[in-house]
Amino acid sequence: MVLTEKYQLVKKLARDFAENEIPQELQDEIEATHELPVAFREKIAKSGLLGIKAPKSLGGQGADTLAYVLMIEEIARVSMVSSIYISGANSLGSGPLMLAGTQEQLEKYLRPIAEGRMYPAFGLTEPGAGSDAGGVQTTAVKDGDYWILNGRKCFITAAPYADYTMIFAKTDPKAGSRGITTFIMDMNLPGISLGKPENKMGIIGVPTSDIIMEDVCVHDNDRLGDVNKGFSNAMKTLDYGRLGVSAQSLGVGQAALDEAVKYAKERKQFGQRIGDFQAIRFMIADMATELYAARELVYNACILKDKNDPQASMYCSMAKYYASEMCNHLAYKAVQIHGGYGYIKDYKVERLYRDARVNSLFEGTSQIQQIVIANNLLK
Amino acid sequence: MKIVVCAKQVPDTNEVKIDPVKGTLIRDGVPSILNPDDANALEAALKIKDDYAGTDVTVVSMGPPQATIMLKECIAMGADNAVLLSSRAFGGADTCATSTTIAAGIKKVGDVDIIFAGRQAIDGDTAQVGPQVAQRLGLPFVTYVQNVRELNEKERKVVVERQLEDGFEVIEVGLPCVLTAVKELNTPRYMQVGRILYACDEADIKVWNEQDLTLDPADCGLNASPTKVMRSFTPPPKGKGEMLTGTVTEMANSVVGKLHEKHLI
Repeated sequence: MVLTEKYQLVKKLARDFAENEIPQELQDEIEATHELPVAFREKIAKSGLLGIKAPKSLGGQGADTLAYVLMIEEIARVSMVSSIYISGANSLGSGPLMLAGTQEQLEKYLRPIAEGRMYPAFGLTEPGAGSDAGGVQTTAVKDGDYWILNGRKCFITAAPYADYTMIFAKTDPKAGSRGITTFIMDMNLPGISLGKPENKMGIIGVPTSDIIMEDVCVHDNDRLGDVNKGFSNAMKTLDYGRLGVSAQSLGVGQAALDEAVKYAKERKQFGQRIGDFQAIRFMIADMATELYAARELVYNACILKDKNDPQASMYCSMAKYYASEMCNHLAYKAVQIHGGYGYIKDYKVERLYRDARVNSLFEGTSQIQQIVIANNLLK
Repeated sequence: MKIVVCAKQVPDTNEVKIDPVKGTLIRDGVPSILNPDDANALEAALKIKDDYAGTDVTVVSMGPPQATIMLKECIAMGADNAVLLSSRAFGGADTCATSTTIAAGIKKVGDVDIIFAGRQAIDGDTAQVGPQVAQRLGLPFVTYVQNVRELNEKERKVVVERQLEDGFEVIEVGLPCVLTAVKELNTPRYMQVGRILYACDEADIKVWNEQDLTLDPADCGLNASPTKVMRSFTPPPKGKGEMLTGTVTEMANSVVGKLHEKHLI
């Protein structure tokens, strides 16, 4: 896709920000401490990056989906974990609010997120409800003006950083996915505790943990959308989320290709640079081609999503499926081209390989995307 | 306050190669960027805008139509308006003709309090256009500004530090004036996504030609450019320098030894 000036500038902004503000030393510090430093998180917030998609009237930047995806891609090219911190607030955290929030809720919650004063998380997944998201066991029972929440959410991205979490809970235990309601839960309420951050393979720096709720009282004003209508809200949010993961996959894929090309030009064996061997050249040609195909798929899905195309959801799944598998292929090949050095943490491809792995898992595994695609075709 | 910033779109010289036969720049496929010193000039203007409500910042550039993307970048950083001085008649201009056109553009903007420009552009490296614009407008100017110490709107003056090789001068200058910025002046801010959308979807970037500026084509572009390029060439690489290590005495002895070797002493 030929980018217009608007999108070229968005890409340039994201690239400048990523290259200047996330230097190698900071990336190493994040990896070593398993935390994004507070000063770095504040810089992200102040730069308006947590409200890229939020409307300008609510303190956001008002970007469309393609502009958002370009931002995430360029930041992920330098630091996937930093891009997750940004996409977490923009898509999963803000998405449910933008879809179902009342004017009061938007002012109270979306504006502070967009202006970088508050950080949200998204609480759907449970130990027994992963791919089968409709099977959540967390319950919300009405008690006067309040709802009493009980249950356990798991793998919640950035839960320890969150001021609020969008909780999806059963309000009609007999109704399956049609009995789920969304609540905006203040993380300081009594009865909430966090699990220990998971010890993950990659994307180290944005902690992921359980959220345990024991008789947490959430006011009915903080119910998001209608009772028993939460599931479709979650699914629509995930469409955007999937484009975010697609963007992260493009960024990681581009980084893998960049590193592979650089190394193939530098490394000499048998008296010549390894980039002169056909075996390496063919791998690099495949990588670039696959990346390009994925990029077109993702950017096109963004445009269809913004046009409210009736099949947008399928295209979002195709983009997420293809791009996340692509970045795993590319990371694998980039390590292969590096040989033994690619297995050493001093080389960037080692981290890319670990970071890439989550892309075909979170926000719907590749297999779930295949189900969505097939369901659209075989209705 | 009304501020004009002079900006130029330049090839990114980090990416530029030189044709070894013709001795000219190969510009094909080289990305164009906002000249780095001009970004510092813009940032200086935007800082004043942050401090003085009601300040209006207009960016003026001379260049081909594709330079509008750079002006959009300036608006995305925070400039209020942008004007592109663009016409076939302006083509082939040296600094002398360029400054005539830019001065005319600034006059048309009108009632300007401060004109900021970058020290020099990374493609030509002349550092002449800023001072020439001042000359043509009959304004005082300070080059190599590394700090704006004080701006006094009431007394119509500004106090700046002018960078020297081994220090700086403190200069007070009356408004209106021209100031040229060095990179030490500040760190340019990032664009904002929302401003990019505004710059590309809503902002009105004016394009003025010689008629808009009431300039005689004889005073523009190649017609008005006395500079003739005799020859351009790539200086041969000097070869790698050698870093000496050790104590001062050892290094001094090593230098003396090498000078002896070359029969220089």
